[in-house]
Amino acid sequence: MSLQLFLLLAAGLFAIGLYGALSQQSIVMIMMGLELMLNGVTVAAGAFWHYVAPASAAGQVIVVAVVIAMAVEMAMGFAATTAIFRACDVDMTDMAADLGQ
Amino acid sequence: MTDVVFWVLALLAAASGFMVFRFTSMARATIALLVSFLATGGLLILLGLGYLGVVVVLMMTMEMVIMAVFMVAYMMNPAGLMPMAMYHNKRGSLAISIAVFVLLGAGIFLAPWPQRGGAEPADPTFQLGMALMGPQMLTMVTLGFVLFAAMVAAVVLATHRGRYDRFGDDLSRRSADDPVPGGVGR
Repeated sequence: MSLQLFLLLAAGLFAIGLYGALSQQSIVMIMMGLELMLNGVTVAAGAFWHYVAPASAAGQVIVVAVVIAMAVEMAMGFAATTAIFRACDVDMTDMAADLGQ
Repeated sequence: MTDVVFWVLALLAAASGFMVFRFTSMARATIALLVSFLATGGLLILLGLGYLGVVVVLMMTMEMVIMAVFMVAYMMNPAGLMPMAMYHNKRGSLAISIAVFVLLGAGIFLAPWPQRGGAEPADPTFQLGMALMGPQMLTMVTLGFVLFAAMVAAVVLATHRGRYDRFGDDLSRRSADDPVPGGVGR
């Protein structure tokens, strides 16, 4: 166990989430990708707190902020999906982009 | 022992995170994401952040349950009875994410990380509470307002027919303009 290993795991989770957010078409799957990216940030912040600055609470506060960011992202994502689905029966980004034309 | 736990949880988090985008069923993808979050919560506990680890576990369990409900409501293929492929530009996004991973990995192993400053407090939860109610109060207040704004915005976006649709822009209509009129006909 070391800081580098934790950060490597965080980078891996971030990259997997990025792949999902870029490649998926369904809005809900894109949100899953974003959540995985934030999951990586959680791991990195916790590792920084433990290995670099345990005397300060800043690392823990970042974890709290990320958890709240996840909650807000999910609430807004589902609200936007509900609105767009109700308006035009669409749950995929490409279809939603076509509507704009 | 902690090394073994770390490797198990780390591999579980990464592998189930990857499986989220490999499963053909939405429900399975949600469960895989939940497993990834649970492993992350375990890693936080391993790092000495017991409170935050449990918060992540509890919150993500609820979040994934809600997500599963929305999946079944919106997605075309919640049970995975037909294989689905909803990708666009798979190769490009794979290249970008591998490049990002390599870049981050290089930074992780090349950067001169600082030495550990200070000792771990006896009770990290107490440390977090004192920080949030003290020097980090502004952070906490901002997060509170963000959550409140998100609640209002989510309700506004999700409302189908609000009172301005039913009673006019200045709310002056005497009876509501509903597609199916209700009431007792007075």
